[in-house]
Amino acid sequence: MDVARLVELNAAYARAIDNEQFEQWPELFADPCLYKVTTADNVAKGLESGIMYADSRDMLRDRVSALRKANIYERQRYRHIVGLPHVMGHANGATDVETPFLIVRIMRDGTMPLFATGCSRHTVATGRDGALKLAERIVVCDGGRFDTLVAIPL
Amino acid sequence: MDIRHDASEYQTDETPHGQTPHGPWPENSLARVPYWVYQDQDNYAREMRRIFEGATWNFVCLEADIPDKGDYRTNQVGGMPVIVVRDTDGSINCFENRCAHRGALIAFDDGGNVQNNFKCIYHAWSYDLGGNLRGIAFERGINGVGGMPKDFKRETHSPRKLRTATLCGLVFATLSPDTPSIEEYLGADVLGRVRRVLNRPIRIMGRFTQPLPNNWKLYVENVKDTYHASLLHLFFATFRITRLTQAGGVLVSPDGAHHSSYTIGSADMPGVEAFREKDLRSENDDYKLADPSLLDSVEEFGDKIQLQILSIFPGVVLQQIHNCLAVRQVVPKGTDKMELMWTYFGFDDDTPEMNKRRLKQQNLVGPAGFVSMEDGCVGGFVQRGIAAAGDKISVVEMGGSTAESQATRATESPVRGFWKAYRRHMGY
Repeated sequence: MDVARLVELNAAYARAIDNEQFEQWPELFADPCLYKVTTADNVAKGLESGIMYADSRDMLRDRVSALRKANIYERQRYRHIVGLPHVMGHANGATDVETPFLIVRIMRDGTMPLFATGCSRHTVATGRDGALKLAERIVVCDGGRFDTLVAIPL
Repeated sequence: MDIRHDASEYQTDETPHGQTPHGPWPENSLARVPYWVYQDQDNYAREMRRIFEGATWNFVCLEADIPDKGDYRTNQVGGMPVIVVRDTDGSINCFENRCAHRGALIAFDDGGNVQNNFKCIYHAWSYDLGGNLRGIAFERGINGVGGMPKDFKRETHSPRKLRTATLCGLVFATLSPDTPSIEEYLGADVLGRVRRVLNRPIRIMGRFTQPLPNNWKLYVENVKDTYHASLLHLFFATFRITRLTQAGGVLVSPDGAHHSSYTIGSADMPGVEAFREKDLRSENDDYKLADPSLLDSVEEFGDKIQLQILSIFPGVVLQQIHNCLAVRQVVPKGTDKMELMWTYFGFDDDTPEMNKRRLKQQNLVGPAGFVSMEDGCVGGFVQRGIAAAGDKISVVEMGGSTAESQATRATESPVRGFWKAYRRHMGY
């Protein structure tokens, strides 16, 4: 798989979230899919839980609806800095990719603290329309501390 | 050197009976809380000594965390670092994580296995699984020169030991000889509700930490406050997971310290007008899930209780929200900081389908929880709101001014129970 296309997929993902175009975010996934936010420690210990977990595009859409309509939190947004994708292997027409990331959270009061770092492990497949889709995206945060709340997907 | 740890060291703690360092408790009422309790440094230090290091049972780990001999976890009892470890005979020991020599942490990881002994890395003093000082490097010096005095008694130099108690796989520790048995401590009602959920061996599914920008008591109050759930959490109310108009109630232990709130049965609509009349933000029948499998729950406890939130004084919560189970430990980190340690769990005998169900329902809770997210920020809103109001008081009067069990959740009775226990421990 062309690495340039993987870079473009990662860029589109970060841009959708950072620009608060959350409705575009589920469209980057295949359906069904697996999206999970967890920690390196949980992964190392074989513990399966995530703080966010979705196995369908509709579950991702529900995240967005909740973010828009239900949940209450102080105004904030993210800035993703995404590293280069590393191709781990190919299987069944899909490509396993790891991409390191860093997320700064911009708070209402203007502070810009580092919010999370980690590695996204994703499986990328080509959709019927030829576009790349995330069949799986496991967001493995380096640390286990999530300050105050995590409203916006990582 | 360890000195006897008792109240006589802390004469400065003492205030006239029923008095606080800021004068009498407002109106001497459980329904009034002065804001300085969330701000005052001396009061915070007093809480560490009189509550966490006092006659209370503090959650320190799950038995499932330390299944085998030599398995240990580190934790905190208030401000005190502790080690909790499985001994050779299967019993569980807990002792202060502080070397008797120079005070360094004896263990500095979250947990692991140490076989037979702990060794402080600083000067290699070693401790058995009971926390007894067993070995001193170069105790007899080198070639007969140096070393410890011959009359040095190792047995009088050990970190403080805590008594432990286990209940349905939960492990508790206490420093005080006066703490009653865990069963007596909880009282029959709350004890029954612990046993209801933890009725068979569990398996840990994940751990997450959520630092919160507020005093630890604001979170504990939030847990005990059933009144807010349908009002603050839109997700909760809209999807009928719970609303105040559903059947349910609160159980409060006789001493006020512990509570269990519960919701019964499926959500029907009686009483929904109570929401509409008030034009409350959380009433929104138009909001539907695109993928309702998130809420595909099954009855697994043989009763109709869909949701049970239970707190054990001072700082642990056992949660059953449908099939989403978790223990939350409240760790104080200063007057305006705390950490919430989440342990998600299921049962050993879960089917793959039940495992998947729990994974999905875990979206409801934790730092990113659809229904718990707001609890992460609302304590901070209080902490900031009261910044200039240390001499003002809050009102906790829904459902009266007493702290008994009530067959409604439109009450702040469990919150008043907390203050009843708090004041007793603090001597206020």
